[in-house]
Amino acid sequence: MSTATEKKSLSTSLIESLDLGQFSFADTQRSEAFKAFKATGFPEAKSEEYKFTPVTRSLTKHFSAPELSKQTGADESVKTLLNPEFSENRVVFVNGIYSKTLSSITADSKVTVQSLSEAVTADPSLLFDQLNTTDPFALLNSTLWSDGLYINVPKNVVEKKPLFIHHLHDANTEKVSAHTKLFITIDESASLQIIEKTDTQGDQPVFNTISEDIIVGENGAINYCKIQNDAGHLIQVANTTIHQHKASRADTYTFTLNGKLIRNNLNIIIDGEGCESHFFGLYLTDGDTLVDNHTTVDHKKPNSFSNELYKGLMAGKSKGVFNGKIYVRPQAQKTNAFQSNRNLLLSDDATVNTKPQLEIWADDVKCSHGCTTGQLDEEALFYLQSRGIPKGTAKAMLLYAFAGEVLETIKNEQLKNYIDSIVSERLHKSY
Amino acid sequence: MLKIKNIHARVEEKAILNGINLEVKPGEVHAIMGPNGSGKSTLASVLAGREDFEVTDGSIEFLGKNLLEMSPEDRAREGVFLAFQYPVEIPGVSTVNFMKTALNKIREYRGQDTLDAVSFLTLMKEKINLVEIDKALLNRSLNEGFSGGEKKRNEIFQMAMLEPKLAILDETDSGLDIDALRIVANGVNKLRTKDNATIVVTHYQRLLEYIVPDYVHVLYKGKIVKSGTKELALELEAKGYDWIKSEMEVA
Repeated sequence: MSTATEKKSLSTSLIESLDLGQFSFADTQRSEAFKAFKATGFPEAKSEEYKFTPVTRSLTKHFSAPELSKQTGADESVKTLLNPEFSENRVVFVNGIYSKTLSSITADSKVTVQSLSEAVTADPSLLFDQLNTTDPFALLNSTLWSDGLYINVPKNVVEKKPLFIHHLHDANTEKVSAHTKLFITIDESASLQIIEKTDTQGDQPVFNTISEDIIVGENGAINYCKIQNDAGHLIQVANTTIHQHKASRADTYTFTLNGKLIRNNLNIIIDGEGCESHFFGLYLTDGDTLVDNHTTVDHKKPNSFSNELYKGLMAGKSKGVFNGKIYVRPQAQKTNAFQSNRNLLLSDDATVNTKPQLEIWADDVKCSHGCTTGQLDEEALFYLQSRGIPKGTAKAMLLYAFAGEVLETIKNEQLKNYIDSIVSERLHKSY
Repeated sequence: MLKIKNIHARVEEKAILNGINLEVKPGEVHAIMGPNGSGKSTLASVLAGREDFEVTDGSIEFLGKNLLEMSPEDRAREGVFLAFQYPVEIPGVSTVNFMKTALNKIREYRGQDTLDAVSFLTLMKEKINLVEIDKALLNRSLNEGFSGGEKKRNEIFQMAMLEPKLAILDETDSGLDIDALRIVANGVNKLRTKDNATIVVTHYQRLLEYIVPDYVHVLYKGKIVKSGTKELALELEAKGYDWIKSEMEVA
């Protein structure tokens, strides 16, 4: 007979040990979020939403409960991670804390960019929607967030300069647990472009959650690009929710090139007529990276259009996961909703799980979805080789052509060139 | 230039070539004819280095080098060109970019400087006129949505750009109407010099009216069973492949 000592789960340890007293702002919202998190805990292995993406297992392996709620400082050296391409109009977070010295906000901009802690202190109603989620990591983010931004684009302001938001992690010596929150409102007929990037330095494990709510007012527009290209050991769960009002437009781009375990939840709520929404994604993985894109498009009102294209290239032992939900509510007649997910597996050990989920209650709609998983076309490869192109270059050309369908949709030339360069470099190097 | 000796090849477990011997000298045009399934396209593929085929015996020497030891890309860089029977459609890669990459990789291999944009465009213009191809096609994705004739014309355009020493035309006439056939054949003829050679693989005599061969070989069951001059092609056309088959069976 042996007495099994049951090991406490990470959820239980965190719930028992977390002292919200360490935080100095958003107390009410935080304790509400914590209460909700207590009810869900970290997702279990069998959780429908996380069954292919073992965030909990990975966190349990690398973090103790106290480490999850501990803030760590950073070394100056992380600033080498900054991109010279995006030095203007830049907001930088280091290990989840806003860095005034590394940030540079254009002074003449009409856009308000403010610390979220200050904004919430002034107006506690700002985070009204934070409990309107079932994602445990969104709730955890609302419990643990250390810093964030409140961004407002006032009526009729069309901001041409993109706002670059850079999350840096210094994992050189210590484990990092960093949690930031963005709350963005784009008022009537206003528009904003955001480029958000994460970067990690060092090999210690990093747990990062980012939650962002973007509210796009009538006739407004958001153009949002996420770049994930982290060296090191990053476990990240990003929740992005875009609420679209009447005749608004949303364009999102999600590029994932590196990291350990990346989960993106992108939720689009189309809550107005005549909206247009485009979502593009490209994930290039190798090694043991896992990238999971869960997207939801919720058509609540009639006469809107949404189009989604996600493409993935998986090499090594890497894994891709795609889940695309489209809801068309009963009143959302004349909806056009399209979705496509295309994958290429470049090794025997790479895998992908892709699942479209359409739930349509309206009857006068046009909806389509398609997902494919294949391998590199050997005949095409031979064709290129037979013209004198070495196999490696030929492969890179074909993969680049595959990725090109997503790349060419980027409208900002500077951004396009940047993404193009990191994608090309990657395709020539690792595949 | 090309010395094929006793080549045996198979795909999976099936033997397709059963001892081919052929010698091609600079300036010559050889036609390989034969009924369906005789191994014509396999021979073309083996020369270009397609991996699906396993060479089990024999040797191929090209300009004094062992061709069988070379990768497909090195064969191309040494001067072998295969015009595909079914050119592959490659979305997202334009013919222009494709040719620029190919040409520069070949030049690198030969120790030549790569071409800058201006010289490349000048060369391209010259070749476009030579093979009468619509320039707009070349900026589109490679072969994507091209008609049969446009695909074949694009093959000849590529051949013109890369200036091979040995061109192998694999059933280039299949699927072409008479006008397209004439344009494609004209292109090939304009590219002929005393230093390069052409192997024309075809089922029908039709193409050989335009590309006149010095030698005609008839392939049957993976072997060359008859060789002759261009008159052999006419005889074949008149008597049909059954003539060869019955002759073989009698023998």
